[in-house]
Amino acid sequence: MELTLAIAIGVLTGSGVWLILRPRTYQLVIGLSLLSYAVNLFIFSMGRLRVGAAPVLGADGMGNPAGYADPVPQALVLTAIVIGFATTALLLVVLLVSRGMTGSDHVDGRESG
Amino acid sequence: MDWAKHALIVPILLPLVTGAALLLIDETRHTVKALVGIASTVMLVATAFALVQLAGAVPEGAGAMSSAYAVGNWPAPFAIVLVLDRLSALMLALTSILALASLVFSTARWDRMGPHFHTLFQFLLMGLGGAFLTGDLFNLFVFFEVTLAASYGLLLHGSGAFRVRSGLHYIAINLAASLLFLIGVSLIYGVAGTLNMADLAVRLPAVPAEDRMLLQAGAAILGVAFLVKAGMWPLCFWLPPAYMAAAAPVAAIFVLLTKVGVYVLLRLTLLLFGSEAGELTGFGGAVLLWGGMATVAFATSGVLASQAMGRLAGYSVLVSSGTLLAAVGMGDTAVVSGALFYLVSSTFSTAAFFMLIELVERAREPGADLLTVTMEAYGDEADPEENEKEEVGVVMPGALAVLGVCFGCVALLLAGLPPLSGFIAKFAMLTGMLNLDGLATPSEIPARTWLLVALLILSGLAALVAMMRTGIRTFWAPLEVIVPRVLVVEVAPIVALLALCLALTIEGGAMISYTEAAARSLHDPSSYIQGVLGTSHPGADGR
Repeated sequence: MELTLAIAIGVLTGSGVWLILRPRTYQLVIGLSLLSYAVNLFIFSMGRLRVGAAPVLGADGMGNPAGYADPVPQALVLTAIVIGFATTALLLVVLLVSRGMTGSDHVDGRESG
Repeated sequence: MDWAKHALIVPILLPLVTGAALLLIDETRHTVKALVGIASTVMLVATAFALVQLAGAVPEGAGAMSSAYAVGNWPAPFAIVLVLDRLSALMLALTSILALASLVFSTARWDRMGPHFHTLFQFLLMGLGGAFLTGDLFNLFVFFEVTLAASYGLLLHGSGAFRVRSGLHYIAINLAASLLFLIGVSLIYGVAGTLNMADLAVRLPAVPAEDRMLLQAGAAILGVAFLVKAGMWPLCFWLPPAYMAAAAPVAAIFVLLTKVGVYVLLRLTLLLFGSEAGELTGFGGAVLLWGGMATVAFATSGVLASQAMGRLAGYSVLVSSGTLLAAVGMGDTAVVSGALFYLVSSTFSTAAFFMLIELVERAREPGADLLTVTMEAYGDEADPEENEKEEVGVVMPGALAVLGVCFGCVALLLAGLPPLSGFIAKFAMLTGMLNLDGLATPSEIPARTWLLVALLILSGLAALVAMMRTGIRTFWAPLEVIVPRVLVVEVAPIVALLALCLALTIEGGAMISYTEAAARSLHDPSSYIQGVLGTSHPGADGR
């Protein structure tokens, strides 16, 4: 399971980095989105991978803490997803405005040579 | 009495509530919006000064505790905590004063150039206040994002192709940096198991050797995220165009955004990798020192090469960041104290410069710049705009003389010449570096310190040369002098900021003793740690 997750994060990061180095704004947005997926998975994995362990305590009290997954990274991931979603949406708007104003989808607003 | 304990959360709540309330006021009612925004910012200034008093009243030495505020009333290593010490109080005061100045400046015309200026501005202040007060790494991320989200809106304020293009770059760079931030934070959490900064400082020395590499990787990635915001070479190429594109009052408040990166680096390196960190002591110091020097060298050449004034100001921001980063990298108490003084002085002067540029540009003939084509395009549109301006407010008499004097003052401040505060700031830093109090013989001073001293002095000289050249071209050389139409509300904030720099010079002793106390408490993080971990509920800090 660790290997699968590591490969998934690696592939997402690699594709994301390649895409944000491309000159088109669409590639930039997709690249940033892929990178943020990779980062979210990475944060999640920092709470250690557990199968079948809940992050929330049951109604019957505490019990053995080792039987639960670490809730903090999950809370962090939720926050990161929300913030990433909002800022990517904003970037999309700017990108459309830039496309409308310059007539080009190049990140510099004009075609290079 | 009870209420005083809740003062720590006011710099976050006040702008949040004001910003939300401003959304409800219709966009056509400019005056009401501006008045509400200014009133809230004035209250913020008052709060910030109360907090400076509060932080300054904490005695130094063993057993001292910074004030901490447990937001959810959970015991300290859990949940979110706000911490106030001398450094954060200083940064809050700086933020609120600068905010008031640029808000007053914006009421002349910029706040009507697009929707929701005042709301975004308040949210920016909220993010800055939170970033300076928070005692938790992830919360720092959240407040960073609040600040950045508001800054995206503000950078695009006024629209236009240049702004949109720079805004696109700015947003993309900052999104990528935020992802690095998250990776760093989660790596640190994975190793240390906490995100509370005070708790981290306690736990880091105990991290086993096999995990230390991972921890250092996390801290380094986190550091890169802040260095992007602080604009260290080679992560700074986005900065001059973005600041040049921003509207004048926005650029003035953006000067603070680079200082947030510097603030966090200063806080974290001294808290986490200070003298008590065992094997980790001094981690990253060399990178900051050499990186800072490279930034100063790069920005100095940029200052000399700049033709447009906006670009000159952008590179001046970089000079100030580089100087601060190098000073943080030195890690010496006296140098950090001088650097804090420099931070205040350079922030005020660069912000004043950004606002001044817009007014001075009006005095230049269209086409005087290299950007002839765009200037002419603006020149055609200028007439209806000026008619509109006439009805707004009181026009400043003798505008050109006032602007010239202000420009001269800014030049003195940026170059670090007496009699203004730029000189005292540089002098304090140089004294610390050459260890004049400890009477070190020159042979004991390492070569890198001499290099930094030389760079600081050369950067001052370059600033002076560039400012003189620009000043001569703007105020003396034009054959036909166009007397710009300048409103009192536009000049007043600039004069106020420069007067504050003058006040810093006159009250230099008081200011230096405050920054020295701040630097000492940074180097001895025990008061910070005890303040946080000894707090179980608001106000349990023994006062």
